[in-house]
Amino acid sequence: MAAAEKQPVTISGVGPLNGAMSGLLTWIDQRFPLMDLWYSHLAKYHAPKNFNFWYYFGSLSLFVLVLQLVTGIFLTMNYKPDAAQAFASVEYIMREVPAGWWIRYMHSTGASFFFICVYLHMFRGLLYGSYRKPRELLWIFGMLIFLCLMAEAFFGYLLPWGQMSYWGAQVIVNLFGAIPFIGPDLAIWIRGDYVVSDATLNRFFAFHVIAVPLVLLALVGAHLLALHEVGSNNPDGVEIKNAKDAKTGIPLDSVPFHPYYTVKDTFGVAVFLVVFSIVVFFAPEAGGYFLEANNFIAADPLKTPPHIAPVWYFTPYYSILRATTDDFVRWALTPGVIAFAALIIWSVKNTVVRGAVGAIAALLLIGFFNLDAKVWGVVLMGVSVTIFFLLPWLDRSPVKSIRYKGPITKVALALFVVTFFVLGYLGTEGVTSGRTVAAQIGTAVYFLFFFLMPWWSKMDKCKPEPQRVTGK
Amino acid sequence: MRVLLLLLALAAPLAFAEEESVRLDAAPIDPRDVASLQAGARTFVNYCLNCHSAGVMRYSKLLEIGLTEQQIKENLLFTADKVGELMNVAMSRKDAKEWLGTVPPDLSVIARARGADWLYTYLRSFYRDRESATGWNNMVYEHVAMPHVLWTLSGQQVQVERKFKNMEQAEASARQLKNAWKVDELTPEQAGKDEERFILKTIRTETPGSLSQLEYDVLVRDLVNFMTWMSEPNQLERKQYGYLVLLVLLVLVVLAYLLYKEFWKDVH
Repeated sequence: MAAAEKQPVTISGVGPLNGAMSGLLTWIDQRFPLMDLWYSHLAKYHAPKNFNFWYYFGSLSLFVLVLQLVTGIFLTMNYKPDAAQAFASVEYIMREVPAGWWIRYMHSTGASFFFICVYLHMFRGLLYGSYRKPRELLWIFGMLIFLCLMAEAFFGYLLPWGQMSYWGAQVIVNLFGAIPFIGPDLAIWIRGDYVVSDATLNRFFAFHVIAVPLVLLALVGAHLLALHEVGSNNPDGVEIKNAKDAKTGIPLDSVPFHPYYTVKDTFGVAVFLVVFSIVVFFAPEAGGYFLEANNFIAADPLKTPPHIAPVWYFTPYYSILRATTDDFVRWALTPGVIAFAALIIWSVKNTVVRGAVGAIAALLLIGFFNLDAKVWGVVLMGVSVTIFFLLPWLDRSPVKSIRYKGPITKVALALFVVTFFVLGYLGTEGVTSGRTVAAQIGTAVYFLFFFLMPWWSKMDKCKPEPQRVTGK
Repeated sequence: MRVLLLLLALAAPLAFAEEESVRLDAAPIDPRDVASLQAGARTFVNYCLNCHSAGVMRYSKLLEIGLTEQQIKENLLFTADKVGELMNVAMSRKDAKEWLGTVPPDLSVIARARGADWLYTYLRSFYRDRESATGWNNMVYEHVAMPHVLWTLSGQQVQVERKFKNMEQAEASARQLKNAWKVDELTPEQAGKDEERFILKTIRTETPGSLSQLEYDVLVRDLVNFMTWMSEPNQLERKQYGYLVLLVLLVLVVLAYLLYKEFWKDVH
């Protein structure tokens, strides 16, 4: 569009600067789609008016991302990615850099709060069916962000170069060593050495401060673009686009994102900052959950700590990894795969699908008897995270929102949440035979929730959805 | 690679193979007690800093616990020339390994790794042990490489055992004790005929030192207080800022809430 064809920008209200400001915005707008972006993503992005508590966590996740980037930049100014200096440089930041302790605690606390916000944001998706058509791609972008976040947290956790940093990284990199044939070489390639060392620290630093954040930012952009393309879901799970104003074409049950949700989310950020600051200023270690005691001992490649546990946000998956013993593969996975293959073959009439399922099941069974249980632990851990990608296709309920779903969904979701917490708790603790059994039961429930979803979500007795949002 | 994997696989169950540990005494520390911190600094520099460094701690930081530069220079500056220097030790890592068998760990942030209660109990739980290389052992940290450096103050302790038929009796008896204790449990086969399976272990002073037990406890309290302060010298400042920040944020919450309600009052 040629510059002259665009309307001049005018700002409402009175004041001596309005004229100058309008002039400046007009000048920019004729050279850059400023007002288009402003309208399509904020002032004329029509969001459902009935967002509740759970809808704060999207904008809060974005806020924490910015907080992590800004505090991270300042930390980088004084941190030394060098095995001989890393541990002391963190203490240097804590003691001698002006406000260094504050920046560092914001960053370490921010890491945990990032996961808290993202988990609650994902749970919101589960509650209201936010991943259902047409929001599948939006959900996939979100899951990719979650994977990136896990990578970012993992790389970053090595940097303080304490005992937990070191041995945590050692354990996770060794997981890659479990992959048949290429595993051991792959693990060496990732570390750049035979053990976690200075070379590993340097490359993890590069991944943590530039590579992963770049991908993360791009994905967050894609996530927001996809959201603004399809429009937000809401606690009723009914599309606001179904009831539009005849003249303007604006959904009747919507409000413009700006100013309505910008002021509401500002309030959310303010409350978040209170909770966040209580941790930062009064309990930055959070009882050993955010900063582990063992990580105040500098990394020592010759001293394995008696108890290695990842930070709390990885512990549910870590529990699944540890629960996969030989007995679990034999007595749970083997009958599980047989039963699941039979179930699919029984309920899908398509011959190609039946054949494929039979072949995959046969391959898995051969694998169960020939590969180490550790391999299957790694596989299950990977599946436990990536299974979320499939939710849009696993959920076959006629309604989206938990408000109109039946008792089966409510019980299943509650059971899943409890299981997630139990697995998370078990992952922070050491192993006993009782705890292993508990983790195995938890693992079974975790996967049954997802794998049987196509059946139980369809069986459930749902209530009819309303025509329009209820405004509650 | 294989060895590492094996080590890791073995490490997890090991955490629960250890015998029952000593219950830790609560360290009665107070980071606001400047006199205690100063006394602790003196003990730390005189007894600990010969072998252990505090490599991220500057002598000048001691100004914050009320010492003057003159006092630091005259009384505490043994291993450095200037108050701006770090609390390092003269001994090289190689020498330390040769002389002591292991490099004594840096103590800058040890209180955050171990906890004040652990340090407080540990430093009051050494006892004589003929079988160990240093002649000393510890109730909290068995076969610790460090000898009991404070023994001229605390005197010499020995370990004593009493056998009991059940855990309740052993624990009831243990509660009368001032010193660290633990109860080891034998299998019925090990216990033999008399069935006394529960062995209460504690320590008793055999030769008194230059301090009474109470005075020694106070000395260790001050030392642990100092080490806890040293592990995060900004901890008091951090909390003070915390109250200020929360006050400002609460105002922000109220304003943001009013703004939100004002904008939303017409939405039904």
